[in-house]
Amino acid sequence: MIRFPRGGQRFFGPLLLLGALFAAHAQSPKDANFLSTLGELREATYSGKAGIVERLGQSGHPSVRAVLTALLEERLYYRNSDQKVFIAKSADSDPLNLIDPLSLKNSGSAPAANLTQIGTNNALRRVVRMAVARFGLSSPSASVRLDAAREMLKSLDDPTVALLRERLGVERNSSVRKEIATGLALAALDSPDTKTRLAAISTLKGGLSQDVRNRLALLLDKSSDGAFIEKDENVRRAAASAVAAIDRWRTFYSGFQTLFFGLSLGSVLVLIAIGLAITFGVMGVINMAHGELMMLGAYTTYAVQLAMPGHTGISILLAIPAAFIVSGLTGIAMERTIIRHLYGRPLETLLATFGVSLILQQSVRSIFTALNRSVITPDWMSGSLRLNDAIEITYNRLYVVIFTLLVFSLILAVLKRTRVGLDIRAVSQNRAMAKAMGIRTDWVDAMTFGLGSGIAGVAGVALSQLTNVGPNLGQSYIIDSFMVVVFGGVGNLWGSLIGGMSMGIVNELLEPYAGAVLAKIFVLVALILFIQARPRGLFPQAGRAAEDK
Amino acid sequence: MKRNTLIVSPCLLIAAMAFANLAAAQDTIKIGVLHSLSGTMAISETTLKDTILMMIDAQNKKGGLLGKKLEAVVVDPASDWPLFAEKAAQLLEKDKVAVVFGCWTSVSRKSVLPVFEKDDGLLFYPVQYEGEESSKNVIYTGAAPNQQAIPAVDYLMKEVGVKRWVLEGTDYVYPRTTNKILEAYLHLKGVKDEDISINYTPFGYSDWQSRVAAIKRFGSAGKKTAVVSTINGDANVPFYKELGNQKISAEDIPVVAFSVGEEELSGVDTKPLVGHLAAWNYFESINTPANKAFIDQWHAFIKNPKRTTNDPMEAHYIGFNLWVKAVQKAQSTNVEKVLAALPGLETPNLTGGVAKVLPNHHITKPVYIGEVRADGQFSVVWKSPAEVPGDAWSDYLPGSKDIEADWVTLKCGNYNKVTKKCSGQNYK
Repeated sequence: MIRFPRGGQRFFGPLLLLGALFAAHAQSPKDANFLSTLGELREATYSGKAGIVERLGQSGHPSVRAVLTALLEERLYYRNSDQKVFIAKSADSDPLNLIDPLSLKNSGSAPAANLTQIGTNNALRRVVRMAVARFGLSSPSASVRLDAAREMLKSLDDPTVALLRERLGVERNSSVRKEIATGLALAALDSPDTKTRLAAISTLKGGLSQDVRNRLALLLDKSSDGAFIEKDENVRRAAASAVAAIDRWRTFYSGFQTLFFGLSLGSVLVLIAIGLAITFGVMGVINMAHGELMMLGAYTTYAVQLAMPGHTGISILLAIPAAFIVSGLTGIAMERTIIRHLYGRPLETLLATFGVSLILQQSVRSIFTALNRSVITPDWMSGSLRLNDAIEITYNRLYVVIFTLLVFSLILAVLKRTRVGLDIRAVSQNRAMAKAMGIRTDWVDAMTFGLGSGIAGVAGVALSQLTNVGPNLGQSYIIDSFMVVVFGGVGNLWGSLIGGMSMGIVNELLEPYAGAVLAKIFVLVALILFIQARPRGLFPQAGRAAEDK
Repeated sequence: MKRNTLIVSPCLLIAAMAFANLAAAQDTIKIGVLHSLSGTMAISETTLKDTILMMIDAQNKKGGLLGKKLEAVVVDPASDWPLFAEKAAQLLEKDKVAVVFGCWTSVSRKSVLPVFEKDDGLLFYPVQYEGEESSKNVIYTGAAPNQQAIPAVDYLMKEVGVKRWVLEGTDYVYPRTTNKILEAYLHLKGVKDEDISINYTPFGYSDWQSRVAAIKRFGSAGKKTAVVSTINGDANVPFYKELGNQKISAEDIPVVAFSVGEEELSGVDTKPLVGHLAAWNYFESINTPANKAFIDQWHAFIKNPKRTTNDPMEAHYIGFNLWVKAVQKAQSTNVEKVLAALPGLETPNLTGGVAKVLPNHHITKPVYIGEVRADGQFSVVWKSPAEVPGDAWSDYLPGSKDIEADWVTLKCGNYNKVTKKCSGQNYK
């Protein structure tokens, strides 16, 4: 049931009553009219469809909103046999579950092959979105009303402005009221009255939106004959100061955004490096298969998701322990069969683990084919968090930052607070002494390597949300992860955290000016120079243990 | 005794095999397939190998060609550009194939070009590319820039009203040349430098957050903005994901891509991409009897009803049929004779039109612009009124606008109309 805006209800009230009277018959003239207009959608061109959508929007039929929403979501079909238009519950199922567009009641199902979808294009979708937004403005949910108001700001024609003005009288939610006020002020900029324009500018002054800024900047433009478009100097001055104020704030927030981008890139670097910080940093094993252990984690995510279709959100959470176990066990197997025979021979370890990395890649290729696998992003990880008009933070990056910090503190806690951690630290600091104290060093070695590998697998889960899951996933990150560990100081977890974060931030600061390729080169060169000056990285390991390595 | 037979039998076997080989060589026509089956490009190229195998299979069922069976010689250049040249030489010199269907990236084509010209082979190249080339030994069945990039820009300019342009590409020869042509074309149409932003990222780039934010900023200047994407390979997936996350919808800033087709989208959640555009000469969704038959044939051959078809596959379909017709016309598989027979030949394409080989070794193709649908297919929103003839040398680049390629009358792939001189392969 559509709710009309309050004023509208008064107006349509008698009409609705009339409609109710007619409802006793099979089909009122209004219904018939609605159906025939709807039918025109089948054959029309895209621009023709836009006109039909306008007419549907004005028809005031109770089913309009449902029909237009379906059109927007590509769920509007017509039956090939009798050309009757239907709404599908979801476009993904086959057979399609149909809904009658008039009564909005279930109307059976039909195989997708017997129906033709009514297509849309960008321009048409824009018109439909606008028409749907008009209904959204009177939705019971404040967030729907807010989105609708924002949508309507994009094209302010007279009926839209009238509708906004009407809603301002009844709207209670402050953020929606603010959007509506902005819309009305934008419209008021066209007013012939100077005072109205000045008042509008003062309303818009505190905003951050780029659209508002562009509209205000238009007031400062000159027409082709050199005269100002805006005749009044006071208005121009007010507009200029408003534009300057908006620009100032936007610059501030864009700096903030760059910082966040840096942190998010940095947390990816930290996440891929933590595992390595343990295997390379603590154990001194140069593990070239580290990237492939991440790849295994990413594929585990894919496999878990495949095993439980329809539960994307939970499957991602379950994939974290699953990836830890898969990669961790692979790591332990590697350590037991190959690496333990090569301790103290770094070159051989490097070559052997490189060989392992090729084996892992090829086996994944054989099992899952060379094609990339698509890991679905759960709803709560897509989209962005809107802080204000100037800054939005994408959820997937936000979660990765949080996730990295969680993993980091967990690892720190394991190393510093648990018995296993104590053993690991003891063995890495002085193997002979630890052995003399009764610690099973070979068992600790296996556990340490398994822990580092497991963390790599967990990093793979995060990467599956950010990049392509394919056999080459590991290769593209292995260099980065070694860079972070070496920069941060081998054997120091905090070094990896600070090192990764600062590399991420520097990269993002440089990128807008230098481009992606050059920025990376700069970071690499700076890193080489830094290592020249401080070969042991940011936070070198102190004490006697450091000397043995 | 026993030892004797042990030695003799392998000898016999080898001899028998050699004879069998010889006999087979007389009864079959060998066709080289030069597509990467491993490495980064395997994703796209494996499908093309299968397409050619399917075409050969179908031709053999029809009784072969000139009374002989066709035989595929498949090699794997492993996405390694120098290896392409080696494998091409092996196909031409050792296997003595009559024709080669192969290559995807421009780098690989440039790498095999000298081999084909030295050994006088024949290559059918099926992928859209940057132009600025016309070899005597190559038939280009993919689109030249005037059959894809220029019409796409025209569409955005005229139908969508785009005033500001982001040219976003992967850092290698195809995007760089295409963007050079597009930039010259946009300048010609009166677009100012401040309204064009060009940027390149490496292969496999995945950290798109600040690039997409920059595009958003560039697009918020109050003028309608579009992105022309020559991003190649799997870097596209995180790019489109980031677009979706930063809520840049196709209604605000449409992205038109030249390297994203059905195959590339098959691994992506396409819901956030609805409305973004692609320009191709073929879409799987185009409803013609020929296309339906081709899709059915493909599904039957690959034994997977979910596999998509795409533009380069159609190019191979056209190329293979053209070669068959040329061989029938010349009554020989001799490269010289086939090359002489090719210009002017026509074959139906899959979208209801006709592909004709031009004297510059390119073909005529219709241009389609499609919008991504939620199901990963494209719905056509614009098509060229007629087939567009492929132009080897762009009319919009100062260095190449006077150059003409004509292998029928001029017998030259690089003829300067002003100086009336025929130069080597590359005009520079």
